[in-house]
Amino acid sequence: MLAETRVETPTRSAEPELAPAAPIKGRSLWQDAGARFVRNRAALVSVIVLVTIVLFTFVGPFFAAWSIEKIDWSIIGMVAQKGQPSLATGHYFGADEVGRDLYSRVIQGTQISLAVGILGSAVAVIVGTLYGAVAGYFGGRLDSAMMRFVDIIYSIPFLFILILMLIMFGRSFVVLFMGIGLISWLGMSRVVRGQTLTLKNREFVEAAIATGVKPLAVVFRHIVPNLLGIVVVYATLLIPEIILLESFISFLGLGIQEPNTSLGALISDGAQTMQYGELWQLGFPLAFFVVILFSFFFAGDGLRDALDPKDR
Amino acid sequence: MILFVLKRLAIAIPTLLVLIILSFVLMKVAPGNPFTGEKNLPRDVLNNIYARYGLDKPLWQQLLEYIWNIVAHFDFGPSFKYKDRSVNEIIAQGFPVTLTYGFWAFIVAAGIGISMGVIAAVKQNSWADYLAVGVTIGGQVIPNFVLAPILVLIFTLWLHWLPGGGWNDGKWNYVVMPVIALSATYLANIARITRSSMLEVLHSNFIRTARAKGLPGWKVVIKHALKPALLPVVSYLGPVFVGMITGSVVIDLYFSTGGIGQWFVNSALNRDYSTMLGVTILLGALTIAGNLVVDVLYAWIDPKIRY
Repeated sequence: MLAETRVETPTRSAEPELAPAAPIKGRSLWQDAGARFVRNRAALVSVIVLVTIVLFTFVGPFFAAWSIEKIDWSIIGMVAQKGQPSLATGHYFGADEVGRDLYSRVIQGTQISLAVGILGSAVAVIVGTLYGAVAGYFGGRLDSAMMRFVDIIYSIPFLFILILMLIMFGRSFVVLFMGIGLISWLGMSRVVRGQTLTLKNREFVEAAIATGVKPLAVVFRHIVPNLLGIVVVYATLLIPEIILLESFISFLGLGIQEPNTSLGALISDGAQTMQYGELWQLGFPLAFFVVILFSFFFAGDGLRDALDPKDR
Repeated sequence: MILFVLKRLAIAIPTLLVLIILSFVLMKVAPGNPFTGEKNLPRDVLNNIYARYGLDKPLWQQLLEYIWNIVAHFDFGPSFKYKDRSVNEIIAQGFPVTLTYGFWAFIVAAGIGISMGVIAAVKQNSWADYLAVGVTIGGQVIPNFVLAPILVLIFTLWLHWLPGGGWNDGKWNYVVMPVIALSATYLANIARITRSSMLEVLHSNFIRTARAKGLPGWKVVIKHALKPALLPVVSYLGPVFVGMITGSVVIDLYFSTGGIGQWFVNSALNRDYSTMLGVTILLGALTIAGNLVVDVLYAWIDPKIRY
């Protein structure tokens, strides 16, 4: 336990008006969880790394010597010799096969990969939480119908449907994002439903019902806020999974389209040109990719340890 | 047990139908079709083409005929792109390739994964254990589409030991890298699951009894501990199966094996809708069937979960 968190009992001094008692500070469950999270070194470092990467994607472009689309004609055709990472040419991460600056492209790719992961996870949180909470709280036929539906959708190999969607409606960010959102809420709804089942028999819910709160209001005002902990954990663990999924699709050449790029697309490009010795084209995106995935997994693990009520 | 199988089937069959209908409808609502290209064909020609592929009938009739042809004749119709080929022929050409290395990848992942996990658990905190734990962590964060280029970089470009792609009728040196790239993640996970469940079993009372009555160490592990320790592994075989099917798309594409995944991606890029649909449904059906088999197998081994 942290020393400073211990509550000091106000001392009964002779002259209370001279030494006003320090106000007693309580600690909320969230502060407890925060303290537990901070003590987990791997998780803390991961969060710092992630924040650094996000900041880098916003600050980085100001230091870029080349824009994303601009082609460096002086090195074209000789990328293997002249396109190497160097401070002198302004290509800090080297150039890609057609002479574009890899530094700028890695920044953009990282941004897009992170955005897909975070937005996809956000959709999962909103849809999955509401769906699961409603199914779990109302129970009975509604519950079995809703969860049977999830069962069926869940066992469809959705990757193929997603690829199908991308081809049919064009390979845009919106379609990719909607497709991922469609899949990702399923797992969340199951987790939330399970948690709701245990929550709905607790006294505070009973009290709310007894005082005449309407069912839907009970769900939104009393159940959902109490689900927050488990939802945060799952959302954090979902982000790397979605980033992986997006990279997988981009690797196949079916995801984000030029001139936009994502880490998966950059890795795919790099994998094709490494035979010419242009290893930096694989190395830089790969390094960002692996570090981001590692960090999210560790951060999610730390959050689970901090917020999971089972471990208390 | 029969009731359980029936219950599982009651989910699997609607799932399959949803899959077929969903992919079919997606294909139909998409703007344009493979025949509306840059050249505007005369109306009559277009109508003839539509009649040839059955596109002139109402949507529900097309759907019913499509499903009927699959169920009754296992016929996925003609390819929209390759005029002289049916989707069946494309599948017949690509599927054996994918199946070959998929089979080996499965054997490698299960065989090496389980032995690694068992050895790591029996010799806990030895170098073998640390090796297994290291492999486990590595395999989990490196997806197959990252591992594949790295393997090619090392074994083809630097060491010149193995060919970097192609199939060559499944000669062993063409199969090695696809198998490694496809199996690595699952090998790592199987090793991790086996290790932790084996550790738990080895600390249980009946193992202590077996040791106490003087059985040799290896006999305790193989005859008494292995079977209960493998239960969680069996439940993981479902995800392995699914992952290998989707993973094969990457492997086929990257190593240009000519397997089903390469056809899938190429048909996707060429807007060859019928091939795409056929492959989606085939792989989807396989996934669903694989999950069904694993579930039933698990319920058969462990009666506790036959709710």
